Amino acid sequence: MAALISCEDLWKIYRLGDVEVQALRGIDLLIREGEFVAIMGASGSGKSTLMNILGCLDKPTKGCYRLQGIDVGGLRADQLAEIRNRRIGFVFQNFNLIPRTSALENVQLPLFYRGLPLRQQRALAAEALARVGLQGRENHYPSQLSGGQQQRVAIARALVASPSLLLADEPTGNLDTQSSLEIMAILDHLNKVQGITIVLVTHETDIAAYAEREVVMKDGRILTDRKMLSGSSALSVEA
Amino acid sequence: MPTYLLVTALTAIRILGRNRLRTGLTMLGIVIGVGSVIAMVSIGEGAKAAVAERVASMGTNVILILPGAVTTGGVRGGQGGVVTLTTADAIELKKRIPLLRETGWGRRDVMQIVNGNKNWNGTVNGISPSYLTIRGWSFTGGGPFTQQDLDTAARVAVLGQTAVDNLFEPGEEPVGAIIRINHVPFRVIGTLAPKGQSAQGMDQDDVIFIPFSTAERKVFGTYFLGSVGALFASTERPEDLAPAVAQIREVLRQRHRLQPDQDDDFFIRTQVDIGKVHEETSETLTAMLLAVASVSLMVGGIGIMNILLVSVTERTKEIGVRMAVGATRRHILIQFLVEAMTLSLLGGCIGILVGILGARATTVVAGWPTIISGETVAAAFLFSVAVGLFFGLYPANKAAWMNPIDALRYE
Ligand SMILES: Nc1ncnc2c1ncn2[C@@H]1O[C@H](COP(=O)(O)OP(=O)(O)OP(=O)(O)O)[C@@H](O)[C@H]1O
Ligand SMILES: [Mg+2]
Repeated sequence: MAALISCEDLWKIYRLGDVEVQALRGIDLLIREGEFVAIMGASGSGKSTLMNILGCLDKPTKGCYRLQGIDVGGLRADQLAEIRNRRIGFVFQNFNLIPRTSALENVQLPLFYRGLPLRQQRALAAEALARVGLQGRENHYPSQLSGGQQQRVAIARALVASPSLLLADEPTGNLDTQSSLEIMAILDHLNKVQGITIVLVTHETDIAAYAEREVVMKDGRILTDRKMLSGSSALSVEA
Repeated sequence: MPTYLLVTALTAIRILGRNRLRTGLTMLGIVIGVGSVIAMVSIGEGAKAAVAERVASMGTNVILILPGAVTTGGVRGGQGGVVTLTTADAIELKKRIPLLRETGWGRRDVMQIVNGNKNWNGTVNGISPSYLTIRGWSFTGGGPFTQQDLDTAARVAVLGQTAVDNLFEPGEEPVGAIIRINHVPFRVIGTLAPKGQSAQGMDQDDVIFIPFSTAERKVFGTYFLGSVGALFASTERPEDLAPAVAQIREVLRQRHRLQPDQDDDFFIRTQVDIGKVHEETSETLTAMLLAVASVSLMVGGIGIMNILLVSVTERTKEIGVRMAVGATRRHILIQFLVEAMTLSLLGGCIGILVGILGARATTVVAGWPTIISGETVAAAFLFSVAVGLFFGLYPANKAAWMNPIDALRYE
């Protein structure tokens, strides 16, 4: 399988006045198409920082990030927007739905910005909502949905544009066990059946167990990177 | 892109509709600004049109010559204080200046006029028959007097509308009636179509015309035989006015034997001069009111900018989410510009309505004429779009240039 993500020596340094925070300190990471990767690590180890860079929401201070062979570092803002729009789906811990806007319209957003005809936007969005089991909830506002349902709307929004990469930063962090299992079942299905590459950040080992590869971070570096038993090969690679 | 604009506009309306009080207060400045522009301009246009109409009603090719100050031995008389213009001047002018179509003359005085038990102090004009044609009077009943009436000093009178109203019962036929002017009986031979107020605000219909000779000999009591209150002349075409005025001046100076170092002993006025003065004053007024209105529009625009800045800050996270799913800077920029323009357009439309109502109210309450032209409304509309665009640009830019991750993380 071809490399979807390839990172070389990624650094992210935040400067707050005189204080310098090194959130990422030389990340090398290769993720192939179709992989399901779990990123773990202590709070503050740089997981979200890495995810934001992978999602083209943020830029590394140093280093090279290639997505499907494209060096993202050299792209203009509107080109990055197009990459986010067509190739990446992002699921956040706090759902990040637009308030007082129906579930359907929230899911339509990527297609709206892509400039699809309104009717097609609606049809695809309704289909995506059905795929996450939310048919009949199209006109609900986020405030009228449970946390699990909101996260499913967010997943529908992430997958409606048929991205090649789905990034999920603690998608179950705000959910109860039951909702978490439902969300993970959906993600697992997306990966296994539709072949979408998934990178998932979590603190919970049973959530990470869905993945076939586990990357553990510590202090802005990758501590371990290994294939897990649930994956196709049980080969373990210690970093 | 059209779909994008449409959806964005609908979203903007929905968002503004959620916060009606805030939206209303934000629009208030624009409403007042546009409303006052519309009202002011329509009042100004109305006044201008009224002046133009009055000037036209006097004739645009009419020259008025008034007796003026004479300096004799260092004593300077006031305007009309000394007799300097005569009927002979008028006849001579007509003879010597081919540009003049007609000349006429008149003198007026306020006299007591009686018809039966009705009694009224009106302005009596002794005039040459040509006066009525020069000033463009038309008749509603009867007709003018003739040169023969002038020669024989006939006791005939032509009445303006105000005179008719004050001397006759409604429905009573004035033509043929006998009225007394300063105890002298006169037969009414004609009534005149009303002209309304003059540019100076005087009632032009408060007039009674009688032959000049009759007035001189039987009514006014003579100062100087042949001396007139004013001379009138008309040209064939308005563009002949200026050369005609110059020639009149020359002839009169000659006839009055004025030395080159002496001032004129008469004044020459044309309706164009009078109209110009009025147009200038009303234009100054309009300009001043427009300045006030644009200041309030400006304040309205700043109000929009202010509330939009608040809105951008409030919705920072939303902006981040939109960027995360693929909105470009342009999308975000347009979204907030559309919101600003929706605000200013809505305010503008309400303002246009308020302005039209205000103008109507002015007409009804104060009796001022107002004109609401399509151009004014279109200009106000465009202006409010421009205000929205201009004052929306800064907040929209601020939103568009946010960093996606910073916007998303904003708390
Ligand atoms: N915008 C920022 N400005 C300054 N420092 C930041 C910023 N974002 C993150 N950091 C710092 O970078 C480091 C990594 O943060 P990051 O959010 O990536 O951690 P994380 O692994 O996602 O933690 P958690 O599991 O709690 O979500 C932390 O020390 C954090 O304080
Ligand atoms: Mg995190």
